[in-house]
Amino acid sequence: MPNLFRAVFGRTEFALLAAILVTAIVFSLASPYFLTVSNFMNLIEAYSVTTILAAGVFVVLVSGGIDVSFTATAAATQYVAAYLVAQLNYPAVPALALATILGAALGCINALLTYYLRVVSIIVTIATSSLYYALLIYLTNAEEIYNLPDWWSGRITFLRFATASGAVKITLPIVVMGVVVLLTQYLMAWTRIGRQIYALGGNPEAANRVGVGVLRVQLLAYGYLGLLAAVAGFVQAGRVHQAVPTAMAGQELNVLAVAILGGASLVGGVGSVSGVVLAVLFLAILQNGLNLVGVSSYFFGVVIGLAILISVSMTAYAESRGRKPFVARPA
Amino acid sequence: MDASAGGISRPFLLLAGIGKQFGGTIALEGIDWSVEAGEVHCLVGENGSGKSTLIKIISGVHAPDRGGSIIIDGSSHSSLTPAIAKSLGVQVIFQDLSLFPNLSVLENIAIDRELRSSLLPPPRQAMRDAAAAALARLDARLPLDAKVGSLPVAQRQIVAICRGLASNARILFMDEPTASLTRREVELLLETVRRLKTLGVAVVFVSHRLEEIVEIAERVTVLRDGRKVGTFAASEIDDHRLAELMTGESIVHEIMARPLGDVRPALEVRGASRAGEFEDVSFALRHGEILGLIGLLGAGRTELALALFGMSPLERGEILLDGTPLNLRSNQDAARAGVAYVSEDRLSLGLNLKQSIADNVAITVLDRLANAIGLVAPSRRKDLAGDWIARLGIRAPNADAAVQTLSGGNQQRVVLAKWLATNPKVLILDSPTVGVDVRNKQGIYELVRRLADQGVAILLISDEVPEVYYNSDRILHMREGRIVGEFLPRAGDQRRLSDALHA
Repeated sequence: MPNLFRAVFGRTEFALLAAILVTAIVFSLASPYFLTVSNFMNLIEAYSVTTILAAGVFVVLVSGGIDVSFTATAAATQYVAAYLVAQLNYPAVPALALATILGAALGCINALLTYYLRVVSIIVTIATSSLYYALLIYLTNAEEIYNLPDWWSGRITFLRFATASGAVKITLPIVVMGVVVLLTQYLMAWTRIGRQIYALGGNPEAANRVGVGVLRVQLLAYGYLGLLAAVAGFVQAGRVHQAVPTAMAGQELNVLAVAILGGASLVGGVGSVSGVVLAVLFLAILQNGLNLVGVSSYFFGVVIGLAILISVSMTAYAESRGRKPFVARPA
Repeated sequence: MDASAGGISRPFLLLAGIGKQFGGTIALEGIDWSVEAGEVHCLVGENGSGKSTLIKIISGVHAPDRGGSIIIDGSSHSSLTPAIAKSLGVQVIFQDLSLFPNLSVLENIAIDRELRSSLLPPPRQAMRDAAAAALARLDARLPLDAKVGSLPVAQRQIVAICRGLASNARILFMDEPTASLTRREVELLLETVRRLKTLGVAVVFVSHRLEEIVEIAERVTVLRDGRKVGTFAASEIDDHRLAELMTGESIVHEIMARPLGDVRPALEVRGASRAGEFEDVSFALRHGEILGLIGLLGAGRTELALALFGMSPLERGEILLDGTPLNLRSNQDAARAGVAYVSEDRLSLGLNLKQSIADNVAITVLDRLANAIGLVAPSRRKDLAGDWIARLGIRAPNADAAVQTLSGGNQQRVVLAKWLATNPKVLILDSPTVGVDVRNKQGIYELVRRLADQGVAILLISDEVPEVYYNSDRILHMREGRIVGEFLPRAGDQRRLSDALHA
């Protein structure tokens, strides 16, 4: 295989881009309503919470860890913020700030446990996930909070313009998602700590030896996910106009799936924000197209599962080919 | 006894009375040692002789016990921290190289500059300059933006050396640097080391055997049981003398080859081929014979072994066992037919390190140990393991000890036990003494000899000339997937075999 071909198509981002193009062409031929600007924006908004969480999970995956407790964190922070504003009449800023700090702190607990107990992070976060959820439901009696103030549950639109297919609205969730994506890109690609996160994920032993502060980097990665989980919790509550302790339970795997489809590896050190964004776009377009051609929405889960299987198999296949020694070469 | 190179210059590194105890065990005692600036020095000793402890003291990982002193570049310290050691120019390149496969050459070399001021962007231009400068000092060319994981091992080693240079290394410790290199790659490393010498950087090679490195080393220091045996001029040391110094025992190498007479072949290979691996390989291995198969890394020897063990099918040719053609579809077929294979990489392929000796030994013969309803009584498993521990002289507290708590030589014996339990007719040993120290090597050779005497046909695969030369009855030379020569130890000399191998 020529090098250029491999360099271009060996990368997850380009595979996703190709998949997006193919999907878009197929559905454009199948349905005239496919991918108008307005329904595309609606889809993007629907994916905003998933994207924000996936950006955080991506950071933890790159660091060589994994975290499944972030929906519990999101639920807890969402509930705390809602309780503060709805029951205790806190103003917006201190309520959200306190809840955000709580989110980061819950993330840091995962980092501390993983670091000091030397237990693999999936076990630690399965445990903290149950713990956070159980505490939340116990303390709240699983009661929802409906009376969110207008600034929270109202639909805030930043930009509105008309197109042939209807009005396009750039809403708060889309803007928050955009900010999170840019912030994560900045953190991971353009700061020294971001490079240390990649280094830690690539070879933890070596990172320790060259003087990367392993605990510091882990605190940052898990704390950042906790912080983004809080943000995702606020956005989610705003979209459904209520805070429900179990609102996001079960979403962990979908979010992890997006990060993995986007090229993040479960062994760490690999992945990019652009990959995560492309994975979201791909799933959004696929879902939209399948809806329009009348495929049951239940079937979409099957599609996600297949997409991940294919992407993981492609990576594994590429690696096994790369590893295979060609033996009888001239010495 | 010290063959000092010196009096000419002040040593760059000078240790006096360095000792270290862990709990009650003495790891190092009374070490006096010096390394000159720009010197190439070998530090050798068996596993457990104190080499790694010494390096950890010099690089600041461990503090030495009171009373000793470390003088680096004229400044005296009673102990160091990693940061101080680094600032004095001490750099260690570990055997695994400690590189980041997912990062570029550039980032690997200049990673130091990404460690402080976390939220700032990495100083790309400064990093690029530093990496380019380090490569230029070695006169090496590497693509700065390539991922390190995509480079061959020899080039990764250059990246690791460059990282040391970029951090202002004045003395560079290299732990077992040639273990995974081909001869040609070793040449490249030697070239790099000569270059480091002209830059005034001292290089200390740390190893448990004398390697090609000794060609360019000035002095060799030998450690044994935590003490320094002595420092010698490299020119007065050879493999034989070194083995004596390291073990404190006089080891006599003698050619073990025996005349076999007219014994029928146990294993016959006729025209075996697999595209890209080996081509038209034919030989016969007789009962009780030890047949050496020597070839460099990449000659196809391991691939051939895997095919004989049923792991990959032949594309052409046939394998006969006791005259009957074998049709191997899996390694289970091979094991059932009486072929056993001790892999080169025993740690990842041959053993389950976390399990006990008993579990590891019993795994190949579970069928035989099982009772009528398929259950294996723990006592039967332990009896089996206890039996093999005694027969092979495995040093372990008991059969329940986890394999990872054993030394390299004893782990290798557990692998052997696991396969010997199947009563094989043919035993394939792939580089059986890699990572095993001199004393234990000898034990393994004796064991192999005893097995051959009992009639087991043994294929001894190796890339070490002395190993096959002294221990085989007959030697096949493999190159680029073909058998290109046959040697009889009694007839041909070691030199001729070595020249043929590296030609």
